[in-house]
Amino acid sequence: MSNLDNYQAEFEKARQQRAGEPARIGRVRDEAMRRFLAQGFPTTRHEEWRFTSVAPIAAANFALANGSGAAGETTARPFEIPDVFGAELVFVDGSYAPALSTPGTLPAGVQAGSLSAYAAGRADAIEQHLTQVAPFDRQPFVALNTAFFRDGAYINIPARTVLEKPIHVLFLSSGETRKDEQSSRESRPHFSCPRVLVVLGEQSQAAIVESYAGADGAEYFTNVVTEIVLGDSAVLDHYKLQHESTQAFHVSAVYLKAARSANCTSHSVSLGGALVRNDVIAVLGGEGGQCALNGLYVADGQRHIDNHTTIDHAMPHCDSREIYKGVLADRARGVFNGKIIVRPDAQKTDAKQTNRALLLSEDAQVNSKPELEIFANDVKCTHGAAVGQLDEDAVFYLRSRGIGLAEARRLLIHAFAGDVLNRMALEPIRTAVERVLQRQLARALAA
Amino acid sequence: MLTVRNLHARVAGREILRGINLEIMHGEVHAIMGPNGSGKSTLARVLAGHPEYEVTAGEVTFEGEDLLEMDPEERARAGIFLAFQYPVEIPGVNNAYFLKAALNTVRKQRGLEELDAMEFMTLVRERMKQLDMDESLLSRPVNEGFSGGEKKRNEIFQMAVLEPKLGVLDETDSGLDIDALKVVAGGVNAMRNADRAFLVVTHYQRLLNYIVPDQVHVLTEGRIIRSGGKELALELEEKGYGWLEQPVGG
Repeated sequence: MSNLDNYQAEFEKARQQRAGEPARIGRVRDEAMRRFLAQGFPTTRHEEWRFTSVAPIAAANFALANGSGAAGETTARPFEIPDVFGAELVFVDGSYAPALSTPGTLPAGVQAGSLSAYAAGRADAIEQHLTQVAPFDRQPFVALNTAFFRDGAYINIPARTVLEKPIHVLFLSSGETRKDEQSSRESRPHFSCPRVLVVLGEQSQAAIVESYAGADGAEYFTNVVTEIVLGDSAVLDHYKLQHESTQAFHVSAVYLKAARSANCTSHSVSLGGALVRNDVIAVLGGEGGQCALNGLYVADGQRHIDNHTTIDHAMPHCDSREIYKGVLADRARGVFNGKIIVRPDAQKTDAKQTNRALLLSEDAQVNSKPELEIFANDVKCTHGAAVGQLDEDAVFYLRSRGIGLAEARRLLIHAFAGDVLNRMALEPIRTAVERVLQRQLARALAA
Repeated sequence: MLTVRNLHARVAGREILRGINLEIMHGEVHAIMGPNGSGKSTLARVLAGHPEYEVTAGEVTFEGEDLLEMDPEERARAGIFLAFQYPVEIPGVNNAYFLKAALNTVRKQRGLEELDAMEFMTLVRERMKQLDMDESLLSRPVNEGFSGGEKKRNEIFQMAVLEPKLGVLDETDSGLDIDALKVVAGGVNAMRNADRAFLVVTHYQRLLNYIVPDQVHVLTEGRIIRSGGKELALELEEKGYGWLEQPVGG
């Protein structure tokens, strides 16, 4: 049985178990499955995947997680975030875990909970937006997610509503496996396809944190799609914190669509995973919109982290700011591809992109590429990329004052990551990320 | 305190120091003078343990310990401080945070209690005042965007906070105007006592009007070719280095 057949079989099985879903979504799933089977997994012959081989994902015999691990969930949570949230939604292996979640008290009219439950209840915003923001026609992993997602988070903030406290959406992977029915000699690792839909009405404001973690050392595959819709003048501070198991595969796509004068900041922090691919696609679809994309990734061992971003300036007077930084140790590999599109209508665009990577060993490697496609003439677009090692003069300077070698290096790496961290407005999140970062650096520097 | 015997060192395969001998006692100020390229700064960096310099022969003992066996941070903790000729800018590392980390490491080594934030700030404010420094420099990244004079002052300020046994000043006077020079010299003089010693590396005699040395050594081509009292500096100022230099290769 080829691996695509395996997904076909899993799809048929999942179809039997689905009930209460709007017919539209069922039809979209069928179409998405067709598209996934037609395309298969991408190879490095695809320009978008040139430096990232997903062959290990394609070769594995994953079974769709059914959420049975949710009951006795004991997975450690790497980000120790204090209870600052208005609500916390926890998912285990892609299924909602009500016992682990805290619905909290949110302002009137705010919806935050299980996507499948709200879909069954025919929530308007789901009818209108789900699967409409993230196109799957040419994106096999988006197609795969669309065909398979069991559940995920749905957050809807009505117009003119301001969330005082952030909402946390936590996706945990238990690392449980499924016995193979045919051979029974083999247990199959799980894949899960969480889906997130965030809808902000006009002039609303929210901070939303998505985090991903898994049982230490477990092998599994998380394939997530997040769709975010911002109405006119909506303001969103969005965080995606990824700290999967060091043996896990993590593929994610965040699709953002911003209307007139909307303001969106999206932070992507990747600290875990064996093979990680993050796509962020932001469309500035109304005049005067603002978008900031901040990224930080750290990899050691033989881990691989790929960040692909696209900022699509479709309308005039929009600003975008992007800064991505990576720290790579041992034989780790990083990829950054930052595309900025300025469409013919998008006059007075102001776009700035920076990406930098710090290589801590001679075997670490990064491929970085800015891609500017500018079709308007009255625009300001700048980009800068740099790859370097730790400044040895700075290391010596610190040591000459009594600071030990490891501490000196840690200080300098932290300083390097600092301007991404400092852009995180939610202080408890920044602190939690810094703590995990310090642990990781200690491990990377000890090696 | 410091004994240097037959020290040879090279950088990038080129031999710079070719047999330095030097003895510094507690409480003394020694000046090293010499033309550009004579090896003055190399000597300073080798004493601080700069990893780019390779010691090929000779020995250095500091307070009875083998200095050459020690890492740069161990030397700093043992009480050696190098005021850099070109202080390094370190974006993203806060000056106060860095100095507090350094001070507490050094204090720990000396068996002293670590200072808390309040005690640290009290000490730091006092030292900054002595050096006529703007307190806002504390909250900025280390040396980043500092003027040349601010960087040199910052070196002396760090030295005043860390209170080393031996201060090695590598051309601290270069690029300073006369007012800044007086302030810097005043900072060094305030630290002089019977236990502490200084090695002042300079190209010009002018600094030595303000930091009066006990001994002056002239370094050319990696060797000390003449030592004397403070008058030697004046003589050099008058006659230049040429009158001392031995013809090379006959």
